[in-house]
This record gives sequence, structure tokens and C-alpha cells, in this order.
Amino acid sequence: MSAIAAEYEVAVVGAGPAGLAAASLCARAGLSTVLLDEQPAPGGQIYRGIGATPVKDRAILGADYWHGVKLIDEFLSSGAHYVPDASVWSLTRELEIGVATGGGSTLTRASSVILATGALERPLPIPGWTLPGVMTVGAAQALLKTAGLLPRGHTVLAGTGPLLWLLASQYLAAGLTVDAILDTTPHENRSRALPHLPGFLFSPYFRKGVKLLQAVRGKVPIVPGVSELRAEGSGKVESISFRTPDGGGRTLPADTLLLHQGVVPNVNLAMSVGVEHAWHDTQLCWTPRLDPNGGTTVPGVLIAGDGAGIAGAQAAAWRGVLAGMAVAQALQPGKKIPAVKLARTAVEQFMRGRKFLDALYRPAKAFRQPTGDTIVCRCEEVTACEIVDTVALGCTGPNQMKAFLRCGMGPCQGRMCGLTVTELIAKARGVPPREVGYFNIRAPVKPITVGELAALPKTGDAVNAVVRIP
Amino acid sequence: MFRRLHENAGAVVRLSVDGRDVDAREGDTVAAAMLAAGFTSCRATPATGAPRAPFCMMGACFDCLVTIDGVGNRQGCMVTVRDGMAVATQRGKRDLGR
Repeated sequence: MSAIAAEYEVAVVGAGPAGLAAASLCARAGLSTVLLDEQPAPGGQIYRGIGATPVKDRAILGADYWHGVKLIDEFLSSGAHYVPDASVWSLTRELEIGVATGGGSTLTRASSVILATGALERPLPIPGWTLPGVMTVGAAQALLKTAGLLPRGHTVLAGTGPLLWLLASQYLAAGLTVDAILDTTPHENRSRALPHLPGFLFSPYFRKGVKLLQAVRGKVPIVPGVSELRAEGSGKVESISFRTPDGGGRTLPADTLLLHQGVVPNVNLAMSVGVEHAWHDTQLCWTPRLDPNGGTTVPGVLIAGDGAGIAGAQAAAWRGVLAGMAVAQALQPGKKIPAVKLARTAVEQFMRGRKFLDALYRPAKAFRQPTGDTIVCRCEEVTACEIVDTVALGCTGPNQMKAFLRCGMGPCQGRMCGLTVTELIAKARGVPPREVGYFNIRAPVKPITVGELAALPKTGDAVNAVVRIP
Repeated sequence: MFRRLHENAGAVVRLSVDGRDVDAREGDTVAAAMLAAGFTSCRATPATGAPRAPFCMMGACFDCLVTIDGVGNRQGCMVTVRDGMAVATQRGKRDLGR
């Protein structure tokens, strides 16, 4: 890998479908393009480990996974400068990017920056979710993709959303017995999703969804309408207890408990540079304010893929194309860009199908707004009732609250607690989440050592700003 | 606790975790190697000393923090294993100086 240059025309952050598509397009348009990615190989989370996975039987991870090969090949032959193992820890309004690569940090600059930082799993804060043996469904899938790992012993999946079913089908194809799927999807979601059914039927999601449910139903015990999940155990998870719709309580043994309730945009880098975000009432998360090409409220910064609002892998690649086209157009005004219409139509088709999924898999309030001693902030071990109590002390939002409790100030920087905190404070104040806001996110958005920071090249002005004058 | 779908896939990479030899596979992350080797937790939290294990496997949750070759607070799920790597679980706060 060659060293990161001081300047590029385009810098793309994240090597998932959106970033790969955007970087390929820009590099092929003749722009000097760098793709910075935190993982050791391209693919993002969806195509993670695709070049080196020990799971060679294609039936296990499925066609949607292997779809990524083409995207990655196109990227690798595009002429873009690919930098793996690179954590972007800062981005300024001047489009200066701080990157940590293994031992050291470096600064680079770009005329345009496309953020393709993807999604995170929405937290599912239940009692006991910090116990060893409890992981996210996405984590278990990453272990399967990258290392061919399967859980031993009793395995229970709990929550809601397509990924839950996808992992179950992949586990079944790999020969693993899944003890149960505890489905927390609220019953009333069905009628709320119904108006969006036509769009879904004509979207590419429909056939996939049916296939997925067929693959799992009848092979794994499914408990619908589950509430009051509680992971229990001493030192590690040993069982999962829950309530069924008839009011009865049940307990199942669990050596591995995998939780999931959808994915949300990974906003930290975009928020740190000051991109305006708004609360999305359907997707229940913060999404950036964007123009149709992904342009943000910060000049020169675009967002593509799930970071722009959840729409899935294929829509992400198309949104990467749109952002790439917009950048190429802006940097090379004379040059003819291929039809934008095709990409826009594709994105719209996926978005239509998405409305049904958003309504059907909207997580239940009780699993977004925990109560009592349930830990919300995993880093600082702050509970739901502690957060709610700060509202009575006069805290109107997450930034006042964190000064009292350190909630959100641990190493994850709010990634695991932020949405829960916003919703809890909103509920306690009786106002909508948009009035409560989110943590102020500041660089560095990934941890770097003081030594790395100190070793960065400094300007004379920067030194003069802090030097002691005798 | 996890097992490998293909026991013999990939070259063996030997590292140590808390002084114990662990055979990982080429391309494993430190966190994956520890889960496959049967480690139930990788750290105890600075706040209450509660045990924690890898949770998100994508660099977001920081629950897989370990000391790698003398450097504390490394994300085990983001570091690929190398032969001879010395990993230590973290108990409470990271020690100053590492």
C-alpha cells in the first residue's frame, strides 16, 4: 500500500457498497480518489470478508452476499487509491481528514468528501444485555463471514427485523441448530405496514423476504409477540426469560443470545463536521439533511449509503453512484456524465419497498425506552432511571445529562446509547425527540493516542497558538 | 463460545492470551480468535469490574478492548492476528503507560 498523499480530488470514507461504487465512479472519471476504510479488506459489513472468508459453500452466506464480488472487482481495477485498516478520526469544514493507520496518524485533504460510513445496529437495551455471551446478530454474522465461527450450545435469537431471519437462515444452511427466535415485532405493526404493501410487492425486497421466511419457518421454533426480554446468568448469559402474548412467562437456556432490532445510520463522523441531521419519525433515528445527490449542509461533503438513511445494500451502491456523479460533475463541469436518471429510479424503487419494512419492523416502545435498572450506557454503566432522573434536575437534553452521569462519554462515544438517551429524555419531558437533540459529536470520533496527535505535522500558526511567551 | 465451521481452513497463527498459547487462523481478528479459543470475557469494566465480551464485532461498542503487544485499549475486533502477538485481557482501567 502506498502512503496517503497530502491531497486528493475525492476522498471516500467507508468501503461498503456505497463507498465502493462512489470511489470506482470518481476514479474512472479521472479524478484522483482515495478510499479510506477501517476494515482490512473491502466490502463493508454487508460483504465483509468476501475475499477471504473460510465459508466457501456459497449456499451458506447466500447470493446477496456474493453479489459483492463484482462491486469489489470493479473498485479494485478503477485506479482509486485504496487504504485499508485506516480509521478516519476527524474531518473539518476545510475538508482536512485525520486518518490513523496502524502505528501513526496522518492528515490529508480533498476537494470533495463522500461519507459512506454505513449503519450500526440499533441498541436493544434489555436487562442483562451486557453479559458475556450476549451479542448482536450483526456481530454473530460478522464472525461467520470473516472466521467461519458458529456458536456452541444453546443459541437464541431475539428481536425484530430482516437481519434476524437472514442470520437464522445462514445458520441453518451451515447446519447449526437454532433453539428459538423470540420475535418482538409488535402485532399492531402489521396493520400499519399494510398501506405500504403495494410498494413492497413491486420492490426487489418482496421475493427475498418470502424466500427467507420459507427457509426458516418450520425449522426453528418461533415465538411471536415476545415482550419483557431479560438475559440472566452469573458472569455470562445462561438463560433468557420473556413474556408471551397470553401473559405467561417463559425461560429458555441460552449460551449465546443474539439481539437485533434493525439498523440506524452511523452518524458520528458526519455530525462531527457539522452536517445537519433531523429526527426521522419512521426510522426512529437521526438522518442527515441531503439534496437528491447526497449533498449535505457542509459544502464539499456528501453522504451515500445507509449513513444517508437506511435503504439497504443495493440502494447504497446506487446512492454511491449518485454521489460520485455529483462530485465528478462539480469537479469537471465540462465533462459529460452518464444518465443520472437510471440511478435515481433504482434508488426510488428500493425506497418504496423500504416503507413497508420500516413500518412492519418498527421496534416496540418498550425495547427502545427501557426502565429501571436496565443499563443504557454500556461504557459507563448508566441505567435508564438514572438518565430519566436528570430530567427532574433540569436536564433538557443529552449534553446536559452527560455532565451529571458521564453517559455517552465512554469510548463508544454514544454509539451504543445515543438513540436510547434521546428517546428517554423526550419521553420524560413529554416532547418529540427532535426537540431533545443528540450528543454533540466532536473529533476524534475514533480513539487515537496523545502521541499520535502530537506527532502530526504542525503549522507555525498552530505552534504559536499554544507556545508560552516569556 | 464459538466453534469453527471448517476446522482446517486457513493457516494457523499462534498468539498468546494472558500467557496461554492460542492457535488462531490467518485473517482472524483478535476478538474472533479469543471467542474461538473459549475465552468467555476479554475485560472487566473500569466502572464496576463487570466482565465483558465482544458485542458488536464492527468497531462500534468498544467492549472487546484488550492489551495487544503492550498497548492497552486496543479494539480486539479491529486488529488482525499475527504470529507471536501477545494479548492480555484488561481488568478495570487501562494502566497508565500502556
